[in-house]
Amino acid sequence: MTTTASLNQESETSSTSEQEHADHRLFGLISFLVADGMTFAGFFAAYLTFKAVNPLMPDAIYELELPLPTLNTVLLLISSATFHRAGKALDERNTRKCQTWLLLTAGLGIAFLASQMVEYFSLPFGLTDNLYASTFYALTGFHGLHVTLGAIMILIVWWQTRSPDGRITNLNKFPFEAAEIYWHFVDGIWVVLFIILYLL
Amino acid sequence: MSISLPPSLQEDPKTLQPTGWLRYLSFSLDHKVIGLQYLICGFLFYLIGGLLAGAIRIELSSPISDFLSRDVYNQVLTLHGTIMIFLWIVPVVNGAFGNYLIPFYVGARDMAFPRLNAVAFWLIPPAGLMLITSYFINGAAQSGWTAYPPLSITTPAAGQIVWILSVLLLGGSSIFGGINFIATILKLRRPGLKLMQLPMYCWAMLGTSILVVLSTPVLAGTLILLSFDIVAHTGFFNPTLGGNVIVYQHLFWFYSHPAVYIMVLPAFGLVSEILPVHARKPLFGYTTMVYSIMGIVVLGLVVWAHHMFTSGTPPWMRLFFTIATSFIAVPTGIKFFNWVATLWGGRISLNSAILFSCGFIVNFVLGGITGVALAQVPFDVHVHDTYFVVAHFHYIVYGGSVFVIFSSIYHWFPKFTGKMLNENLGKFHFVLTFIGFNLCFAPQHWLGLNGMPRRVAEYDPQFTLVNQISSFGALLMALSTLPFLWNIIYSSFKGKASGDNPWQALTAEWLTSSPPPIENWIGEAPLVKKPYGYGHQEKLQPSSKSINEDENS
Amino acid sequence: MLSPTAIYTILISVAIVIGGIWAEDHLKILPDIASSNAPIYDELFNVLFIIGTILFVGMTALVVYSLINFRRKQGETGDGIAIEDNLPLEILWTAVPAVVVLFVGLYSYDIYERMGGMQLQSHDNSHSHHLMKSDKRIWGGIGSASNEQSSNNLPVIDVELTAMQFAFLFNYPKGEIISGELHVPLGHSISMKMESKDVIHAFWVPEFRLKQDVIPGQPTILNFTPTKAGRYPIICAELCGPYHGGMRSTVVVEEPDDYQAWFEKNAKKTELKL
Ligand code: HEA
Ligand code: HEA
Ligand code: CUA
Ligand SMILES: [Cu+2]
Repeated sequence: MTTTASLNQESETSSTSEQEHADHRLFGLISFLVADGMTFAGFFAAYLTFKAVNPLMPDAIYELELPLPTLNTVLLLISSATFHRAGKALDERNTRKCQTWLLLTAGLGIAFLASQMVEYFSLPFGLTDNLYASTFYALTGFHGLHVTLGAIMILIVWWQTRSPDGRITNLNKFPFEAAEIYWHFVDGIWVVLFIILYLL
Repeated sequence: MSISLPPSLQEDPKTLQPTGWLRYLSFSLDHKVIGLQYLICGFLFYLIGGLLAGAIRIELSSPISDFLSRDVYNQVLTLHGTIMIFLWIVPVVNGAFGNYLIPFYVGARDMAFPRLNAVAFWLIPPAGLMLITSYFINGAAQSGWTAYPPLSITTPAAGQIVWILSVLLLGGSSIFGGINFIATILKLRRPGLKLMQLPMYCWAMLGTSILVVLSTPVLAGTLILLSFDIVAHTGFFNPTLGGNVIVYQHLFWFYSHPAVYIMVLPAFGLVSEILPVHARKPLFGYTTMVYSIMGIVVLGLVVWAHHMFTSGTPPWMRLFFTIATSFIAVPTGIKFFNWVATLWGGRISLNSAILFSCGFIVNFVLGGITGVALAQVPFDVHVHDTYFVVAHFHYIVYGGSVFVIFSSIYHWFPKFTGKMLNENLGKFHFVLTFIGFNLCFAPQHWLGLNGMPRRVAEYDPQFTLVNQISSFGALLMALSTLPFLWNIIYSSFKGKASGDNPWQALTAEWLTSSPPPIENWIGEAPLVKKPYGYGHQEKLQPSSKSINEDENS
Repeated sequence: MLSPTAIYTILISVAIVIGGIWAEDHLKILPDIASSNAPIYDELFNVLFIIGTILFVGMTALVVYSLINFRRKQGETGDGIAIEDNLPLEILWTAVPAVVVLFVGLYSYDIYERMGGMQLQSHDNSHSHHLMKSDKRIWGGIGSASNEQSSNNLPVIDVELTAMQFAFLFNYPKGEIISGELHVPLGHSISMKMESKDVIHAFWVPEFRLKQDVIPGQPTILNFTPTKAGRYPIICAELCGPYHGGMRSTVVVEEPDDYQAWFEKNAKKTELKL
């Protein structure tokens, strides 16, 4: 019995201990996005239940116009595509082009936020007017927060790609990829949100 | 939202760390230090939570509200529940043992994200301190650990907001921890080590972390909405503004039911590590154990409304949740029978670790059986929100998780320190805890069945005697911590040296020095393909190369 | 000769049996039976209690037996036997609990049905003077009576319960009585519509084995038939603030004649009979 323990091992050449491979970090990021998605799922579930169970007060005003949010959807979808283009340019080591596409993506994100603000100010109801209003602002606001963070991240990535041998290159592009995945995620959430909030 | 980590982790971070006991107060990145930080910090909070439990039991030893005023009582009970769950059980069974053991088990030198790991730990002390100081400043939250609106909206806002903030921080910590565990188990495994060769605790942590990642964010979202109701006067859960209080309950329990498995699955894993070592037998039914963990994870996500049988949910919903909940007994039962089969025919060393583990089995079975009873709607409508429920869950959280934590401390203390704990004190601790625990909580079943609601500071005088028995049991439990504390403190300094592997265990954490060196192993990490290969001693003569050879080649 | 272990086992079993018999006679495990679904409840309780006891005693016995019988004796070295699994056994202990649980589930469904839990709840709305919004839902409670079929063809008594911090108020729409105590006639079905003014409360009468949350903004219904005269406590079972523990009232179950007398004494419109 005394010898059992020492015999249960076996040495085999391996290299385990390098920490924080990029693919681990991407994996971590995706797990985080699953978690983040669950927060949204909770909000959506609350919204749908409220809608099914709690009818609006008779005197409540609740009208959503479609043009602006449709424009927003288009803006975000285009921005996903431009981010993708930026990635391609990075792979081709064309830093200039990559930066242009990145700036365009960030610009589209900011345009989205601006247009969202316009919508907020033109809506006939405020945060505390009624249950719908509150849920509407909570959902779009939480999403807007994500867009804001994403836009900031894109700008940071843009800053880091400045020179051909900057911190982000086609060989070291984890921050770039992270921002891109996050941005696609935020877009995806918007599409769901658009369908549930505006179309249903 | 910290999604990207600084890419500057290539340089060896550990050289910058303080050494000696000071490192336990530092932003250390070493998984072993972080694990012990979780353990010690959690234990301190346990003492505070236990002190509050003591206050509850003193108050309840007389039928009138005398020792604590009524609203202080509600604050104390809210703090007790919150501290015990979010600052003691969850951080310790996940954070403490998970951080300490998982890297060993997967053959890694640290967790996948050491920095995120340290951040996750350091969110806990401020959250806990905030929660406790709120009591002294404006009064703590007083709507129970469930914080049901509209009560939580109408009670004093300051305490409730602090409560929400600190639970959000703790939830964040738990999510970061969960992500880290998933990544470590799935991505950092040593080459050559297959998933089905991992020790059971890894599987338990994988399942738990999946639950954490899927359900904790929902709680976070819900609490954010609740805080809007309190601060910005929105009406999500406020019926006077058109809101719906039941939606809160659904969202809350969508997290908090899985949370009970977050508290107990890792404990299951720990028991699965401890029993084989001291019974000198392989863990029985490895494969079914793995499947039953995953079964519990899946079922655990779809049973939440069994906490809401009296909330006016529609009949079909109650029925569905009754059936789903009852079926959790099947995968859980598999684990229990497998543990008994592990003991069966073993060479059991009757030490403190095994006693606490077996105490856990006995207590948990009782708690599980009352759980299955509670899952039956017609049964639950009588005992919901009574002391029967209090008895049920203390049998599980104390009789289950806390017993396992003690068992694990007895088991891994030599690993942590290189010293042995005193066995006689340990057995004394076990006997006192076991008796005190059963005296405290068994009578509460009767109280609930006969008409004592929970969360009350005053009650019908006919229940006085039984409550006093219960309080006496709590006193024994409080006393039983003294031999334990003495044992820990004394043995850390003067304990007998344990050697590297006092239990002759086969899992990877024992195949290095005790306490382990900074990067876990000097040289290669061992490849442990059979963590439970006990009972093969004849074949294990030095000539035959290794028991791992004849396995799935 | 019997081994010491066997003697202990026998002694302990005998002690448990004797203790059980004593407890059966001297401890009352459940409160009085005072409504028509209380006996049904107790039936379920007994079944669960028996299954639970067998399981618990069985598991405990297995653990204690293993600890004693397979403990490492002085000077013993070596490991246990290297059994890693046993498929038939594992199938057995997956299947047996599954069957037990299935049985418990079906049985409790039956009990639930007999208690009236599956009936669609409705409350006689003919007198709804506090004008509910028509689309507002009434959420089901549990209870052994519905409006149409009172088990013994006695008229159903409608009561409205309003809960507030920290009191219950009972309103009898037929006689416009408002009372702090609930008076109900023996054997009649009671249909109680409940709503809260502030936070969530719960209406619980242990002797009826019934509980239903009283929720603000969402009326709930509880139907029951009292079967034993007496005064029983009504307990608020949902944390509702500092005085939650003191939020109690009484339900007075009385003979129909006594109830009639009480009703007439308090009613505004005496011409209305039961
Ligand atoms: C770690 C914590 C933990 C765990 C693991 C469990 C496990 C279970 N719980 Fe418990 N529960 C709590 C903590 C926990 N619970 C808490 C804290 C509350 C109160 C919350 C509050 O309101 O504050 C609560 C409340 C609670 C309720 C609501 C009661 C009410 O408020 O009215 C219900 C109802 O269904 C329930 C059921 C169950 C069931 C069926 C299990 C099952 O998982 C148990 C399964 C285990 C077994 C059954 C034993 C082993 C199996 C065998 C030996 C096989 C054979 C068995 C059979 C055939 C039955 N629990
Ligand atoms: C999760 C883990 C956990 C643990 C470990 C415990 C441990 C204990 N709990 Fe816990 N309890 C909860 C979780 C837990 N509880 C929850 C979630 C609730 C529900 C809250 C709610 O309704 O919102 C609850 C509610 C609750 C109630 C019901 C209150 C009510 O509804 O009115 C009671 C009453 O007896 C109680 C008692 C105890 C006791 C005596 C212990 C003991 O086991 C503690 C033993 C430990 C010590 C005593 C500490 C060590 C000793 C010292 C520090 C020395 C000094 C001590 C004294 C002077 C006494 N608890
Ligand atoms: Cu009303 Cu508690
Ligand atoms: Cu639950």
